[in-house]
Amino acid sequence: MPDEELLLKKARRKASPEGAVESGVWYPRWYWPSFAAPATIWIAILFVLAFYVVISVAFGTVDPLFRNPLPVYEPWWWSGATFSDVLSKFVGSDAFFLPAAMRTLIYVAAASVLCLVLGYGVAYYVSRYGGRRKGLFLVLLISPFWISYLMRVYAWQSLLTEDGFINDGLRFLHLIPHPVNWLDGRPTTVILGLVYGYIPYMILPIYGQLDRINQDLLEAGRDLGASPIQTFWRVTLPLSRQAILAGMVIVTLPMFGDYYTNDLLGSTKTAMYGNLIDTTINSPGHGPQAGSLVIILVVLLALPMAYYLRTTKRAVESA
Amino acid sequence: MTDANVDLRVVRRPGPAETPPRSVRTRRTTRWRKDPWRKPRLLGSLTWGYFAWSTLPVIIAVVFSFNNGRSRSSWQGFSMRWWTGDPYNSLFHDPALHDAIFQSLRLSGLTMLLAVPLGTAFAIGLDRWRGRAAAGANFTMLLSFVMPEIILGVALFLLFTNLFKNLVHLGTFAQILGLVTYQVSYPVIIVRARLLSIGKEYEEAAMDLGASPTQSVRRVLLPLLFPAIFASFALVFADSIDDFVTVRYLSSGANTEPLSVKIYSAARASPTPAVNAAATFLLASTLIAIILGIVVYRFVTRGQRSDMATKEFVHFQM
Repeated sequence: MPDEELLLKKARRKASPEGAVESGVWYPRWYWPSFAAPATIWIAILFVLAFYVVISVAFGTVDPLFRNPLPVYEPWWWSGATFSDVLSKFVGSDAFFLPAAMRTLIYVAAASVLCLVLGYGVAYYVSRYGGRRKGLFLVLLISPFWISYLMRVYAWQSLLTEDGFINDGLRFLHLIPHPVNWLDGRPTTVILGLVYGYIPYMILPIYGQLDRINQDLLEAGRDLGASPIQTFWRVTLPLSRQAILAGMVIVTLPMFGDYYTNDLLGSTKTAMYGNLIDTTINSPGHGPQAGSLVIILVVLLALPMAYYLRTTKRAVESA
Repeated sequence: MTDANVDLRVVRRPGPAETPPRSVRTRRTTRWRKDPWRKPRLLGSLTWGYFAWSTLPVIIAVVFSFNNGRSRSSWQGFSMRWWTGDPYNSLFHDPALHDAIFQSLRLSGLTMLLAVPLGTAFAIGLDRWRGRAAAGANFTMLLSFVMPEIILGVALFLLFTNLFKNLVHLGTFAQILGLVTYQVSYPVIIVRARLLSIGKEYEEAAMDLGASPTQSVRRVLLPLLFPAIFASFALVFADSIDDFVTVRYLSSGANTEPLSVKIYSAARASPTPAVNAAATFLLASTLIAIILGIVVYRFVTRGQRSDMATKEFVHFQM
């Protein structure tokens, strides 16, 4: 019966504390929105409007003399010439942007899989065997967040130079006859640099989820005859699937816009999509191209971003 | 228990028993492999290896800021040369680096003072203001948080050099606007988490006792939120002093570049241990902010269980 449902709904609303506030105290309608207004206006101007300018620049033109972009703010005057030009550089014979885009895909895939494998192992060990050392472990897991990314990658750059400790160590072990220049644009260096930079973001969510798993479930699995591997495969892994997905998204999103890892540890031979944007925006007369590259990236990342926002929203609501 | 296991195995798999007995060594490894209570040595060494891998490079970089030579990789004795000793190239005497320190502190300090009140008010408002507009504002706020930073940096650069070109000039002002935009969602997330754990009872009690909405926010809610607000101050300061993407696009030239951008540019050219010193300086400022944050956080939440406070603070990182 719809009437009954309505009554029930009303009763439930009254019982909930939220309903009580609404019915008990009168707030002016603008009261709570006015709290949120300053930041909302800020974001509207400096994020939403900024993005509109990116589109206007991408679909605008360039001053023929001074080479500065001439954005077009009216959508009906937009010209897609630059944008389709940029798109055409991803395919066909004149695929100038394609190598960097392909590299980005491969590097990001390799680095995020490595992050997952290593990170899962670490998170698993800390959550299950941390014991009395858990506090120390937790600080060690968090500390990379408090050390700037720049410092961490710079530290590796020093270690990887030709007279650096890595070459010293490898030569001491007779693994290489001569010092190797690890920084002359090697995919391995860049991928490992990415792993190093982003793996903390993978470990934390997985650790959080594994730590919440009820140990009784694992014991039940073992009692019912599953081997440790089966228990892991059929109990632990399914229970941590959400965190794995979240970790993958958190790790891959910034990697797609990363240009600094390659700048410090690689060369133009290992340039990634972020480097394309960075060099384009820094070269005069290429404003529309840079805008187009940014738009393409946003469109490609829209799906993972939406997924990430949905899961965090759910996590906040269930907290 | 172990005997029973061995017996079972023999019964279940008679095959191996007929073949010549396996060496003791193999049997021992099998037993070790099958022991459910054995120590996970492989995972353990992976974990300790990871911790060494994640901390050692940074420690080495810090140590080399005290090197007595130009090298970042071969040790030539301890000196304060790159910190204060060298009259031209040390962190505190090189005029460019010296100015950059103040630019770093200026940018992160002002960002913190702007972003935290904005974000806190937004979080409080959004906690009670429901509806489509609120959901949209929340979504956009979080979107700016998860986007790769280069996107926001380029977008703001294009905004300030085109539509706002007579309004905002690249430089300190533009950098602060950019940093606040990027950081404002941090306090929003932290304060909202705290709001959810506080619940609405205290405020209701205050209003039942005759407080107006504003009084109840100011005298009940804000004191309760203080730990989260303070944590936001610490984290926003630490995060914005390290930022080198947005501020680089929005700087008007060498004189408005903070230390982080100087490090970034120097690392691509020919770095000396002065760069290590600069990076160590940033690291120290970040750590001081964070430790101060944790200490105050634990102090103001001392009524709670002690491990809860640290855990909550740590949780803010996620």
